[in-house]
Amino acid sequence: MYVYADNAATTSLSKKALEAMTPYFCETYGNASSLHSPGQRAAEALQRARETVAGAIHADFKEIYFTGGGSEADNQAILTGAAIGARKGKKHIISTAFEHHAVLHTLDKLKKQGYEITLLDVHENGVVTARQVADAIREDTALVTVMFVNNEIGTIQPIAEIGAVCRERGVLFHTDAVQAVGHIPVDVEALNVDMLSMAAHKFHGPKGVGALYARRGVPLVNVIEGGQQERGKRGGTENIPGIVGMAAALEEAVTGLDRNMAYVTALREKLIGGLSKIPHSRLNGDREKRVPGTVNFCFEGIEGESLLLLLDARGIAASSGSACTSGSLDPSHVLLALGLPHEIAHGSLRLSIDAYNTEEEIDHIIRSVPEVVDYLRDMSPVWDALERGETPHLI
Amino acid sequence: MALYSDKVMDHFQHPRNVGKMEDADGIGEVGNAVCGDIMRMYIKVRDGIITDVSFITFGCGSAIASSSMATEMIKGMPIEKALELSNKAVAEALDGLPAHKLHCSVLAEEAVRAAVKDYYDKHDIAYDPAIFGCDVACAHQHDHDAPAEA
Ligand SMILES: Cc1ncc(COP(=O)(O)O)c(C=O)c1O
Repeated sequence: MYVYADNAATTSLSKKALEAMTPYFCETYGNASSLHSPGQRAAEALQRARETVAGAIHADFKEIYFTGGGSEADNQAILTGAAIGARKGKKHIISTAFEHHAVLHTLDKLKKQGYEITLLDVHENGVVTARQVADAIREDTALVTVMFVNNEIGTIQPIAEIGAVCRERGVLFHTDAVQAVGHIPVDVEALNVDMLSMAAHKFHGPKGVGALYARRGVPLVNVIEGGQQERGKRGGTENIPGIVGMAAALEEAVTGLDRNMAYVTALREKLIGGLSKIPHSRLNGDREKRVPGTVNFCFEGIEGESLLLLLDARGIAASSGSACTSGSLDPSHVLLALGLPHEIAHGSLRLSIDAYNTEEEIDHIIRSVPEVVDYLRDMSPVWDALERGETPHLI
Repeated sequence: MALYSDKVMDHFQHPRNVGKMEDADGIGEVGNAVCGDIMRMYIKVRDGIITDVSFITFGCGSAIASSSMATEMIKGMPIEKALELSNKAVAEALDGLPAHKLHCSVLAEEAVRAAVKDYYDKHDIAYDPAIFGCDVACAHQHDHDAPAEA
């Protein structure tokens, strides 16, 4: 048995999406900008996909701009907010400390260009409040950007409430909904958002394609200059197979949403219950305000990369926020933003499941993780010191 | 995962000489939990020869593999030879380590030296402090390179 429990990193392509995409490689391969009939058939497919994606989030099709993925959508939304603000002399942006790097690194870039960035504290439970946003908004605030669902710990942010605050104060609001779309209900009207990012590969669509929703009247700034594709806001011949696949995957996800949410939530509860029995472990992020499938634990006294490698050898694909897995020296900025000490954050494990997982798979995880944790603790000088009382347990 | 050589994976999944040693003659511990890796090395010495060695390690796959390999390399060696064990030799014996994991082999070298120093200190054996440099732990330096993300 090999259990894929890393769906927050990426997902497999759904069969329906693959079937929907297939004709657009070798049969209907025209350029959607061409006037001939193969081109026009591609343009029609593009339009249908745009309507499907718009429908899934209760937007108008004219508000959907296809991109090369979630990162590009995030970049474009933030650069747009910054540019609109700058025209009015507003150069302050509010975000959170645990955004994806597609957001944080774009904000870093703007900081170097003279923008002032406020990163809100996400508290120990990984949830910001609308109150914090209200308190942080100033006369010169150009943009608020807060992620819908955190990719490492799965906590859900109060987007509708934050949106209401932003609307009342006249501040543009963007949400990175890459981990939300296809997993929980997303309705741009109810959420009061002006811009919203999504990525197909997080809901069983293809990689390298995403979309930015921009409310009518929000003048997008180009990240990619080129032809008149995407109403001139994103140059480049459209990735028709990818876009068609994204629409098919999203339609499937939204159709089965209620059933999948109930099913995945039940699996998750079982998973949390099983892993919580491991002594000196801790579930990261709010117990209630979380997406169905993402679970993040810290285990004291062990390091995440070795945990991942041993789980892989036992047929479980997971991820970790340890420094060794991030390729840097510091553990994940998300876990540090929760206030976890470095030595605890190094021992983190993210399991992200979805409707493709089975109960047998969850059982396999619940059996394997404690064994691997025990094995690593047995050879850990950190655990030895904890057990002998030389250093105090932190969790 | 193709991150590591087969040798590294072998020593990581089947570490040699792992475990605590109750009657060790020298114990060396290097690294720190904040950085994400700690190695503790135990040695037994008879007539100037390292007759037994074991380790426990908190860290990533390459840290565990480097510890394991270092114990194999110094077992049966005269102490002076063990002090010559270089991080490069450990990394080479593992068929190489990814660049950002080379510090794990440095840690293994330092753990051996720390264990020998502890042995000398505990047994009142005179030595030239210069052979251990300023402080065994201080040579353990990583460079804060740019974070990557999956
Ligand atoms: C919250 C979040 N934002 C943005 C991204 C980036 O999306 P992509 O990899 O499609 O560019 C991801 C996924 O990696 C994510 O989880």
